[in-house]
Amino acid sequence: MRIGIDVGGTNTDAVLLDDDGSVLAAVKCSTSADVSGGIVAALSGLQDRRAFDPAGVRAVMIGTTHFINALVEARRLAPTAALRLGLPATASLPPMVDWPERLVQAVSGRAYLAHGGHEFDGRTISALDEDELRRHAADMAAHGVRSVAITSVFSPVNTEFELRAAEVLAAELPHVAISLSHEIGRIGLLERENATVVNAALRELAGGIVDGLRASVAGAGIDAPIYLSSNDGTLLDVEHARRYPVSTFASGPTNSMRGAAVLSGVHTCAVVDVGGTTSDVGVLQRGFPREATTEVSVAGIRTNFRMPDVLSIGIGGGSLVRGEGSAVRVGPESVGFRLVEEALVFGGSTLTATDIAVAAGRADIGDASRVAHLDPAFVRAALERIAVDVADAVDRMRTSAQPLPVVAVGGGSVLLPDRLAGAGEVLRPENFAVANAIGAAIAQVGGEVDRVFSIEPGKRTEVLDTARAEAAERAVAAGADPGTVEVLEVDEVPLPYLPGGATRIRVKAVGDLQLAPARREAVHA
Amino acid sequence: MPEAATSLRTRVGVADLADIGRGAAVLGTGGGGDPHIGGLLAGAAMRAHGPVDLAPLEDLPDDAVVLPVAMMGAPTVMVEKLPSADQVGRAIRVLTDHLGLEVTHLACIEAGGVNSLIPFVGAAELGLPLLDADGMGRAFPELQMVLPTVYGIRGTPMSIVDEKGNSGVLDTVDNRWAERFARSVTIDMGCSAMISNYWMTGAQARRALVPGTLSLAARIGRTLTAARTSGDPAGAVADLLGGTVLFTGKVTDVARRTTTGFARGEARLDGTGTDAGSELLLEFQNEFLVAVRDGRTVSTVPDLICALDTQTGEAVRTEGLRFGHRITVLAAPCDERWHSPAGLALAGPRVFGYESDPVRATPHDVPTPTEAHP
Repeated sequence: MRIGIDVGGTNTDAVLLDDDGSVLAAVKCSTSADVSGGIVAALSGLQDRRAFDPAGVRAVMIGTTHFINALVEARRLAPTAALRLGLPATASLPPMVDWPERLVQAVSGRAYLAHGGHEFDGRTISALDEDELRRHAADMAAHGVRSVAITSVFSPVNTEFELRAAEVLAAELPHVAISLSHEIGRIGLLERENATVVNAALRELAGGIVDGLRASVAGAGIDAPIYLSSNDGTLLDVEHARRYPVSTFASGPTNSMRGAAVLSGVHTCAVVDVGGTTSDVGVLQRGFPREATTEVSVAGIRTNFRMPDVLSIGIGGGSLVRGEGSAVRVGPESVGFRLVEEALVFGGSTLTATDIAVAAGRADIGDASRVAHLDPAFVRAALERIAVDVADAVDRMRTSAQPLPVVAVGGGSVLLPDRLAGAGEVLRPENFAVANAIGAAIAQVGGEVDRVFSIEPGKRTEVLDTARAEAAERAVAAGADPGTVEVLEVDEVPLPYLPGGATRIRVKAVGDLQLAPARREAVHA
Repeated sequence: MPEAATSLRTRVGVADLADIGRGAAVLGTGGGGDPHIGGLLAGAAMRAHGPVDLAPLEDLPDDAVVLPVAMMGAPTVMVEKLPSADQVGRAIRVLTDHLGLEVTHLACIEAGGVNSLIPFVGAAELGLPLLDADGMGRAFPELQMVLPTVYGIRGTPMSIVDEKGNSGVLDTVDNRWAERFARSVTIDMGCSAMISNYWMTGAQARRALVPGTLSLAARIGRTLTAARTSGDPAGAVADLLGGTVLFTGKVTDVARRTTTGFARGEARLDGTGTDAGSELLLEFQNEFLVAVRDGRTVSTVPDLICALDTQTGEAVRTEGLRFGHRITVLAAPCDERWHSPAGLALAGPRVFGYESDPVRATPHDVPTPTEAHP
């Protein structure tokens, strides 16, 4: 058995899955301020639904929006220093130069420039100056810095200076957490550095949260490894989560999409997650979300994390419905979480999309007699409006003329018709309301390579094979079962003007998590 | 290009840079590098030294000393090894010291991409006016591909400096040799260098440069912002440039290869909306060079072929093209002098290896060959 938990802003959802992936129990609870409380409630909720032996649980997977919310709300961020290695290059744009001032203050951000860095071809820009690093360390200590982000120019090509600088700082500042940019982002200095500084600022919070999660799970008698789900749908063990909290930022939409794939059995599809205010449309390719192609701004900070490509439109269960006859408007305004007070079927006075669904007989929520007066032609027109807008959003996300199945999840998915124009049948799997928790539970582990390679004539295949093998090795090192590892994507971009066939190659490999056998006897020993 | 010159002297501050950068990305026709870094550098220089005066080209006195300044290198390197602001000033000083001249105006050598913003850094730091003009009216990949070459203005002596303090002055027999030497030095400098060249008098600049391109970039930027709510940013930009929307669709394939230092490749688009059922093939070498619709060439270099994100209107660069990207492609006339025999010999389709005459998507004036041969 395994347990998947999705800690959202409002609800904490949990599922208990059998080893074959079937859902044994599912539960929804309110999220608590301290995260752990919600986890405890969710675990005991699962026990209530279906009693299970905690010793039979082989893994607990948790998806949480906690870290991204901490950044957005600028709370509980550690005093952080950004150390960049690259002088005399890059000095005109010091670390955090493009940050909103509010967030620089929230992390008590201090920027340090030092010598170091590499050229694109691996030559050094300048030698590391360890005395200079020690002087910076002393200044950091004097200013109460508790976490440091180290970014060296072209560290994705050569990691040496970041690693050495980390050793020097660790010797001077033994209690300070250190985050290294080559472990977090890709080429694009400011964006990678920004992601690393955000990660550094979240390290203390991450430590506390991870300890809390561990204690909650152990408190329920479960002695199994805990994993957190990451942006691309792969898993982080708790030690990684402690060190790379930034990797969890987009796990919410990713988990809901991957859960939809598992529930429906369709692994290349469009997923429409209909919530209260918006419908989020994403595309799964072989079970993983397609990534956004542009830089992603998080809380006003430009980063280059991998984030799923999601198109949101303002249609959800709480959307306001207005107009007459066939001229109907649905959304984007919504009553949001006040649906249970304001919708007609709940005795309120606002006509919402949920009322339309009830009037059309698609949902049995609240008091259907309160919407009996609605003109059937108007109800049909409203549903048609929703169907057209969602079909258009799905079409915009499509990447080829190939048929793309549509899987609908989320509480509001009753609003969707059985067929969408241009897309075909809409699949509505069972347990669609807890798709995100299921997505967390089935996540795999991944490994990735993103570097500039020099490709000599005739050596392209050889270089690509090297990169594939390295990505696969990294997946195994992260805990994947070697027999299940496969290369998911290869992206190759030749760099203009550079000699020697310089090419940036990205390879992503994933595999199933290698689970330890259940430790049933351990509890009673 | 439609009448773009403005006779008003304008002052450009930090707040104007975002619009200029977004417009310059459109004029970059898929190349020219990401203006984001250029905008950050120019912003930092303006915060330290104040705003920059844009000087109209037509008011330039005959004896003015005009110095273009630009970044040379690989855009992919520039986003990692960020250029230094002081490199800009040093590139200018190295050349003026060599020439023994006092510079009166700075200029942009290209209107597209990062090099529309780099000269603001030098202008702010040195307190010099920047000409509202450039040497191309778009972006091209090589140093000699500028209108001043058509007018016989030499690309050397040129200065080239790195961030470490190294500098050089090149003197070559022609502008193609300048490109060749400068490219080798740039690679040694870590593939990102600052250069200053094509120094010219006010009289020469008035003849050889393209007027009004920085204010045009700003107008494109403002138009994109305004059109976001109306829903047709590409159409609005096409109108502004006197161009036409060629195609709206989804990228279904991107093939890239590196040959002789260019990022070459092609992208295939499947039409959506009114273009459903059609296919557009976009060929690029750093910039978009040729657009072929259902087997028929509909636009080629030297006219501008620009790809915009269909939803946001943001310019899409060739290195950012991905499978699934929804883009709208437009064609717009370039400065007419590029269609003169001398202009086409420098940057026409044959220069880029296409066995074809230029194809133009929009009505245009007939270029007068004498105009390009002063």
